[in-house]
Amino acid sequence: MIKEESLLYDQWVQFKKNRSAVFGLGIVVLFFLLALFASLLAPADPIAQHLEAQLTQPMHGGFLLGTDDLGRDILSRILFGARISLLVGAISVSISIVIGGVVGLVSGYFGGVVDLLVMRLIDIMLAFPSILLAIVICAALGPSLQNAMIAIGVIGVPSIARIVRASVLAEKEMDYVTAERSLGASNLRLIFSAILPNCMAPLIVQATLAYAGAIISAAGLSFLGLGAQPPTPEWGFMVSSGKEYISTAWWVITFPGLAILFAVLGFNLLGDGLRDVLDPRMKE
Amino acid sequence: MGRYLAKRFFLVIPTILGVVTLVFFLRFLSPGDPARLMLGERATPDAVKVLRAEWGLDRPKAEQYMVYMGKVLRLDLGRSYKTGDPVIREILTRFPATVELSIISIVIASVLGILAGVVAATRRNSLADFVAMVGSLVGVSIPIFWLGLILIIVFAVNLNLFPTGGRLDGRMLMEPITGFYTLDGFIYIFKEHDFSYFLSALHHIILPAVALATVPLAVIARVTRSAMLEIMGQDYIRTARAKGLPERSVIWSHAFRNALLPVITIIGIEFGYNLAGAVLTETIFAWPGIGNWLYTAVLSRDYLAVQGGVAFVSVAFILINLLVDVLYAYVNPRIRY
Repeated sequence: MIKEESLLYDQWVQFKKNRSAVFGLGIVVLFFLLALFASLLAPADPIAQHLEAQLTQPMHGGFLLGTDDLGRDILSRILFGARISLLVGAISVSISIVIGGVVGLVSGYFGGVVDLLVMRLIDIMLAFPSILLAIVICAALGPSLQNAMIAIGVIGVPSIARIVRASVLAEKEMDYVTAERSLGASNLRLIFSAILPNCMAPLIVQATLAYAGAIISAAGLSFLGLGAQPPTPEWGFMVSSGKEYISTAWWVITFPGLAILFAVLGFNLLGDGLRDVLDPRMKE
Repeated sequence: MGRYLAKRFFLVIPTILGVVTLVFFLRFLSPGDPARLMLGERATPDAVKVLRAEWGLDRPKAEQYMVYMGKVLRLDLGRSYKTGDPVIREILTRFPATVELSIISIVIASVLGILAGVVAATRRNSLADFVAMVGSLVGVSIPIFWLGLILIIVFAVNLNLFPTGGRLDGRMLMEPITGFYTLDGFIYIFKEHDFSYFLSALHHIILPAVALATVPLAVIARVTRSAMLEIMGQDYIRTARAKGLPERSVIWSHAFRNALLPVITIIGIEFGYNLAGAVLTETIFAWPGIGNWLYTAVLSRDYLAVQGGVAFVSVAFILINLLVDVLYAYVNPRIRY
């Protein structure tokens, strides 16, 4: 039997050859599994305080990764923290994609004054250093995880809008679009069923890399006290609450930091690999 | 090229006006009234009213906007509510600390990043290439606030090699000349025949500069590598080798010179980011720069300070990017607009 020679299959074969991309995919899948089964895997309640066991060293007293200043099990907090970080990433990237996608499609497809105005606004937003903008938005809306997601979603809009606009500009002159238009397809139909599916490759790549960025930004905002609030087991917040004990209890900040590092690394490796497979033009 | 530069300069003006406008309107995201937030819940309505009038908050928004823009153009950013000092003066006293940290960290990142990128490209698929590329991915994935703390744990707390924060030893008092303490310390060597200021300033800046250098280093290494790979495959490189030139000369004076263009651009962009986004690094190392100050202003809801600080930093960021573009047009003889 001949194997199906579909484009998707070809791409999967190519992807499998890229060892670092497969490694990245493995890390991402692992983190999703940990998040999904956190309540089964975690040895303890992530917010239960064991005041008699404050700052217990790793591998002591039944705490594999030790405890924090309130005697909470760090391993359990990291496992539940995976839920939060992955959710924050998913929601903020969705915000960026929905807003940025619509803005990019509309301004690329219709062009003219709309395009000019939108592109100026995007240039202005890109002129802001993004972490600063996130801090200011978050502070203005009030510190909470929800507002951190909004802030991170908003700062991701310009880059998504730009990428979508660029692919729309390239696609809309293609013959298949002209053909559909001459058959009487409406603008909406052309945008969503003809042009959008062909812009997916760069969008998927950008979304994966933005996911990595969202996790690290959310952790940074929580570290500054502008994101997750106690007792939420958020990784950045865990690092921040351990910073007073760095001279005595290294493990309190070390393990949540490693969790951030690996999760972000996973998404970055995956994004790089997807770029090589899906969109060879974008390769540096 | 003259026309290109004129166009580029001209385009910066609406961007700066747009940024200042956006900063002005960011305040309205905040649900509360700034005067009430500042005075606290227990303030009397009269006190709030007085402060609102003093800040012009009782005026129509359009008027507030015109007044604000007019003042910003005259570099009047208002007064900080907390200290009562003009915001622009607060910014300018802290800006040198940030610039100094950014310069030292971008120098570290550029030297190591270029070296790593060139080695990785010239020994493609070797162990060195693998290590450099994995290292650069880890570098962009590492949370900088965490790395800063780890550096403090290892090098300051345990090995006791560096101080945990600040710009100078606590007992030292230096009359700033340029505001760059390493440079001021250097001048002190000749003026006062005293090495201690220079050494102390250098000692304090190393850890934060290394932490801040991580991301730019990783990015510079990747860009250098791909630029070098593209050039090493070209015919003139083969010609250079065929002439019998030593490999070192082929790499550095033939290939690297042409790979330099994208590298310069990325160094400029990363420098701009460092200048603006050093909030986390400055907070961790108690570095008295603009990021640290801005963070305190955000926490204490000192809204004129936040507005002014964000506007200032963003304009600095825009101007750095302008400078990079100009530099690029200047060093690249192929670009003639």
